[in-house]
Amino acid sequence: MKYIEEFQNPDLARRLLDDIHSVVTRPWALMEVCGGQTHTIIRHGIDQLLPEQVELIHGPGCPVCVTPLEVIDKALAIASRPEVIFCSFGDMLRVPGTGRDLFRVRSEGGDVRVVYSPLDALKIAQQNPDREVVFFGIGFETTAPPNAMTVYQARRLGIANFSLLVSHVRVPPAIEAIMQSPSCRVQGFLAAGHVCSVMGTREYPELAERFRVPIVVTGFEPLDILEGVRRTVLQLERGEHSVENAYPRAVHPDGNPAALAMLDDVFEVTDRAWRGIGTIPDSGWRLSTRYRDYDAEYRFSVTGIDTKEPAACRSGEVLQGLLKPHECEAFGTTCTPRNPLGATMVSSEGACAAYYLYRRLDITTAARETSPVA
Amino acid sequence: MCLAVPGRVMDIEERDGTRMATVDFGGVVKEVCLEYLPDLQVGEYAIVHVGFALQRLDEESARKTLELFAELGLLQEEFGDPWERAAEPGDASSAGGADAPEEVQQ
Ligand code: SF4
Repeated sequence: MKYIEEFQNPDLARRLLDDIHSVVTRPWALMEVCGGQTHTIIRHGIDQLLPEQVELIHGPGCPVCVTPLEVIDKALAIASRPEVIFCSFGDMLRVPGTGRDLFRVRSEGGDVRVVYSPLDALKIAQQNPDREVVFFGIGFETTAPPNAMTVYQARRLGIANFSLLVSHVRVPPAIEAIMQSPSCRVQGFLAAGHVCSVMGTREYPELAERFRVPIVVTGFEPLDILEGVRRTVLQLERGEHSVENAYPRAVHPDGNPAALAMLDDVFEVTDRAWRGIGTIPDSGWRLSTRYRDYDAEYRFSVTGIDTKEPAACRSGEVLQGLLKPHECEAFGTTCTPRNPLGATMVSSEGACAAYYLYRRLDITTAARETSPVA
Repeated sequence: MCLAVPGRVMDIEERDGTRMATVDFGGVVKEVCLEYLPDLQVGEYAIVHVGFALQRLDEESARKTLELFAELGLLQEEFGDPWERAAEPGDASSAGGADAPEEVQQ
């Protein structure tokens, strides 16, 4: 259990919490979309400080977690080729494909490199003209513009030995899919702040209206989360459903116009499979026809991949907010960060990892207390 | 990797026809592309994600966020050695909690 004294501004946190406690009259279920927000919530015990009626459901907002197994397997196949230098963000190294991961590919002799920015991968391509440099382009709307710019620069500078393995995902279609699911319990959304720094808020009013659901753009610091919850609950109690921006210091309603223009130029919207969830229409980006030469899937036509999801892993339900991580049988026993069955346990933004890091002790103590054997 | 970290622009130069900056993230210095925030000036703060400045930020909130990130070990996660972390997934991620990274706090 965490204490409010650990907040950066405990007085303000207490005021926000008092406010929330004083307006709640009935049960509400809110979903935080972003994996960074999930970690803040679990780490600071925000869900335990809120009134019992307010439940936070963890959403699918971890890009590493939702990258489909098939794409991971393609990455592993490409990274194993002797002519390839495979560049990736560090958090993809341990994401399990069928039977192995990038870390393993490297120990087997693959040239896998970790970069901080996609532009670093482009630099590696410039420095190694006799090799093929492939960058693993995953992520939400925050990461797509940097990757788009990198491909644009590759073309502008005539760097031909660079390509992108693309698996970008978009948040609004995921919100739509969650709301359309018959088992959906979500009544309000804390929208991901950094996604909105790029995209602005223009995609949300239509969703808020159609599903009569409040959407509050929220940052990921503890106080941001409390403020997002406060505003969402206020709307729900008043029977309202509008879009509010509770993160104005980083989110302009129009987003970042230069980034939006680049996204439009380099990518086109496509259906995308989400790991554990399935295909969601229009929920991703791929390189547009003009940039096909930079598409690693075309360049290395990887075929014959036989993907196999571990049967025990229930991360699909976790990602849709239908199951809390510790309710999974494998949690903490056959599945740990050291030996993960699913990406939600690997990724630093995954919900299973958050529970494992910050809640494992609470959970095992609770289990001991309720178990008749103990 | 989905996080974006606030940083302060130290200097700006044109490189290969691209506007680039050196940005200070509470002690860690990185090259950052300014193409998406072309009017950003030296001394200003921005939210930076995977080497790209995405949105301006006022100094006070930037400082607060940086402090918090250092405390939570998130700067270590963003800028630390990923191979080391991947080799020791369980332990290294939990180091993100209590023992905040020394080298990035200087
Ligand atoms: S605890 Fe492990 S097995 Fe269970 S859902 Fe999470 S990642 Fe999958």
